[in-house]
Amino acid sequence: MDIYINIAYLIAAVCFIYGLKMLSHPRTARNGNLISSFGMLLAIVATVGLNGTEVNGVAIQLNWMLIGIALLLGTIIGAFFAIKVEMTQMPQLVAIFNGFGGAASALVACSEFLKISDGGSFTLIAISLSIIVGTLTFTGSFIAFGKLQGFISGQPITFTGQQILNALLALALVASTVMMVMGIESYTAFYVIIGLAALLGIFLVIPIGGADMPVVISLLNSYSGVAAAMTGFVLIGNNPGSAAGNALIICGSLVGASGIILTKIMCKGMNRSLANVIFGAVGGEVEGGGGSGKEVNIKSYSTEEAAMIFDAAEKIVIVPGYGLAVAQAQHGARELAEHLESMGKTVLYAIHPVAGRMPGHMNVLLAEANVPYEQLKDLDEINPEFEDCDVALVLGANDVVNPAARSDQSSPIYGMPILNVDKSRTVIINKRTMNAGFAGIQNELFGYDNSIMVFGDAKDMLTKLLSDIKEL
Amino acid sequence: MDITVITIFVLAIFVGFEIITKVPPTLHTPLMSGSNAISGIAIIGALLSTQIEGSMATWLGFVSVLFAMINVVGGFMVTDRMLKMFKKKK
Repeated sequence: MDIYINIAYLIAAVCFIYGLKMLSHPRTARNGNLISSFGMLLAIVATVGLNGTEVNGVAIQLNWMLIGIALLLGTIIGAFFAIKVEMTQMPQLVAIFNGFGGAASALVACSEFLKISDGGSFTLIAISLSIIVGTLTFTGSFIAFGKLQGFISGQPITFTGQQILNALLALALVASTVMMVMGIESYTAFYVIIGLAALLGIFLVIPIGGADMPVVISLLNSYSGVAAAMTGFVLIGNNPGSAAGNALIICGSLVGASGIILTKIMCKGMNRSLANVIFGAVGGEVEGGGGSGKEVNIKSYSTEEAAMIFDAAEKIVIVPGYGLAVAQAQHGARELAEHLESMGKTVLYAIHPVAGRMPGHMNVLLAEANVPYEQLKDLDEINPEFEDCDVALVLGANDVVNPAARSDQSSPIYGMPILNVDKSRTVIINKRTMNAGFAGIQNELFGYDNSIMVFGDAKDMLTKLLSDIKEL
Repeated sequence: MDITVITIFVLAIFVGFEIITKVPPTLHTPLMSGSNAISGIAIIGALLSTQIEGSMATWLGFVSVLFAMINVVGGFMVTDRMLKMFKKKK
């Protein structure tokens, strides 16, 4: 019996790996996700099938009623969120799910601790790590959710001695783990670990500004994987012969790796080190750096004038920013793009890595508006395209097109990779007003000779622009 | 025993890095929600922990199955919802 279960877990792991591999292309991605979910179903069925069998001479007796209720309730809640969520709220949803995943891992470790017979130090260290990572993922994710949803201020919340407090919390966690392993007041140490880890999760996320949330969510995603892997070590240490632990270790490592890769990409997109994001407490401060005092003389055009520029253009690149999504103007952008294409022009979309509120967020928002994925180009693909681009249409993006990132060493965004829209023949920038961007700095691009401002709400502006182009 | 487990752990991390680097930026959000669902694999540990005697441990098992299931079902469903929006040009 045991061997079949092990094989089932192995197949499940293969399904996850293959499913993730199929995510390498939008064409195969949906089937890949189905394969992954089949793997999960298989793992669950196999585990439930363990009931009544003996593992190492101990009969497994699952609690059917509790399992049934939990599975049903979990399915209903999970499905409800998955169906109801709006695409702009995806970061919040992923944050909550991360939190639940982390909590589930920590809880398994907790109940393994309670049943422990003669815990070796390997198992106890794994239990402690699993509880620490899982719990801080849980509380950290809920703080991140609160910030994204606007329940908690998106501004970094800081106080003096914050770093010292975090260091003390970490030290106390190490001390409690040592106590638990040595068997000194194990139960007290166990509860102290849970409490301290919960606090650490809160204190680690609360000083991080709203603009840095993509990094935090990616990092928490990674943590939820690490927590699962640690729980795998717990299961193996505490139940020799059980294969469930292997499955957790494999899956947890995959997710951990995925989260780390995304975290790195997000940091690179903002030209920040991970340490700077976590301890820097920026990403919300509104204070212009040096060099922002320059006067910019802007040219403001009406949509009719802009329509004529579009009419003469061959190649157009649309640069969407998060403001576009907030205004729900993606559909307007797509309609404009479709019309321009029907006139025989080339239209591409330039997506900066941090254009949305989480990795790849802007792509999802545009896909929702039926923009074909072939037209979505990332930073490295699109930057050479600006050289022979006639019109770059900047919609609600600001910092990611600010040339100061390339040239002005005193600028707070200096070194950040940007979309080189200024290289195109004409840059048309739509903004509601002349306010500074997320980083709180004025954009010298607006004053460039080839820049034209068209003020107004993105949605209205696009509708007007489209009808003006049609009337020409 | 320990070294086998660590071997699996280290090799899985390498596999993870290899396959995930190949995911294009366009699909990073579905990657995140999908991998998130996979981290719900803790559910198999959670299922097993419901058999532990004692009211406290039993309830911990119940809550962990619940949380993991929310993560699994919600994660895979929302990923599917997103991926089905990614369309090729007509």
